[in-house]
Amino acid sequence: MSDTLARDSRHLTFLRARERWKPAEIAFWFALVGVYFVFPTNLIFVSQILITGLFALSLDMILGYAGIVTLGHAAFFGIGAYAAGLMAAHGWHEPLSGLLVAGLAAGIAGYLSSFLLSRGGGDLTRLMITLGIGLLLFEVANSATKYTGGVDGLQGVEVGKLFGVFGFDLYGKTAYAYVLGIAFLLFAFTRSMMHSPYGLALRSMRENQTRALAIGIPISACLTNIYTIAAVIAGIAGALLTQTTQFVGIDVLSFQRSADLLIILIIGGTATLYGGFVGAAVFMLAQDRLSNLNPQYWLFWLGIILIVMTLYLRGGMLGGLSRLADLYRHWRNKERP
Amino acid sequence: MLTLEHVYAGYGEAIVIDDCSLTMDEGESIALLGRNGVGKSSLLLTVMGHTKVHRGSIRWCGQDLVKVPQHARARAGLGWVPQEREIFKSLTVEENLTVTALPGKWDLKSIYALFPRLQERRRNFGNQLSGGEQQMLAIGRALMLNPKLLLLDEPLEGLAPVIADELCVAIQRMIRNEGQSLILVEQHVEQALCLTHRAIVLERGRVVHNAQCPDLLGNLSVLEKWVGVRVAHP
Repeated sequence: MSDTLARDSRHLTFLRARERWKPAEIAFWFALVGVYFVFPTNLIFVSQILITGLFALSLDMILGYAGIVTLGHAAFFGIGAYAAGLMAAHGWHEPLSGLLVAGLAAGIAGYLSSFLLSRGGGDLTRLMITLGIGLLLFEVANSATKYTGGVDGLQGVEVGKLFGVFGFDLYGKTAYAYVLGIAFLLFAFTRSMMHSPYGLALRSMRENQTRALAIGIPISACLTNIYTIAAVIAGIAGALLTQTTQFVGIDVLSFQRSADLLIILIIGGTATLYGGFVGAAVFMLAQDRLSNLNPQYWLFWLGIILIVMTLYLRGGMLGGLSRLADLYRHWRNKERP
Repeated sequence: MLTLEHVYAGYGEAIVIDDCSLTMDEGESIALLGRNGVGKSSLLLTVMGHTKVHRGSIRWCGQDLVKVPQHARARAGLGWVPQEREIFKSLTVEENLTVTALPGKWDLKSIYALFPRLQERRRNFGNQLSGGEQQMLAIGRALMLNPKLLLLDEPLEGLAPVIADELCVAIQRMIRNEGQSLILVEQHVEQALCLTHRAIVLERGRVVHNAQCPDLLGNLSVLEKWVGVRVAHP
């Protein structure tokens, strides 16, 4: 699809204009670099936010852009986490190759399960299938205690030095730089993909499948591609969690993780690319603060936030922000004589 | 270019297109007429692969079309503008146009020349357009595929007369100036006959009359019999 477009330079100029990084985006990533220096004691927590944000980005690709609903996205996160964990626990300590293998394993699982999703059926079918796959994998990990450690988690994960030089330290400095670097690379890749004609094709598919078919978009192929790519990214996010915490708990595969992820993306805003990161930050900070306030009832507050946001803040935090920006622009234009 | 031979097609077991045959050459434009429910839209749907073909053959540029998947038909040069328009609401006008553009004489520049309103609205989202603008966008989006044949399903339906006239001018330009082949399904018989070269009248899913447009305009009894409308003599 993109090669035919590339021949027509007019389309390219239009798409390039969209692809240019906006100042706010550049500021976002520089701020994350700044965190390393400004909050050296919170790096572990921010790493976790970034990992969750990356995981939410992978959900955004399939839910926000392609419109595929899922309740089992943790399956790929978990596969990645266990793949990296098992490698590191069995003598292969190099982190980058661990990430690659984890992404590959999750990608294969994503590719295979995508065929179940493309067999027709509506959103409800997809919710049930993804939920089913998620539950299935959870129980597999739960019963294969010999390999996964079951509910006790996978012990003995030892991760070697990054590039053979930077060891993972107690304060999470290396871990933060590592997570930020990988998250940025994957984000830039996703961003360029979503701003390409392929991204437009996904959005058309979400809007109206019949129409998308009628203008020549091969829906099943698109679905398989994007589901596989999203699974790879989710797998890498899972592997990052394993490598930076040197432990794999069975909750990486839990239904709760899939459900939380959905909440995170909806809080942040779907089909915005940044929604996942913003949502992850809000969700995890809220979890942190609210559970300090009242450890047992934090979900109560989360429930209220979620209901209010879905009712009154369509498009999540980022949707709300962009509406505010529009209002401000409108007001400023009015003020001008 | 397009040949249908004894095609029986419909939805599930129900037959809507009943022994339909027609041929069409490149550069030709056809008005597809008939009463409500005779299968005009279904014929277009059949060409695009959205119905079940029970018997007969559909050939497109020498190739058997029946087994070709839906998305591949668009790539093979069939552009379809459905009655419902179906604009992608969350995409801007320009995004709607570029989503699957193929190289050829129709590009953003020539579409904007054909529909200047779309250029004015190019940053607007699909759901911020009037009915007429949506129709223009739907036609523009199909043209961006640079189709050899454009299928237009009641493009004038529900539009204000001024906008309908504007669209007619655009369709006329497509046919006369650009040599665009097209099949036009239309209830506004008179306008359709003035735009296209040839007319085909359908009745119960089959072709019952096939004539050059000027001849049909001069033969009001046929129109009254099959289309059921009185046409003021032009």
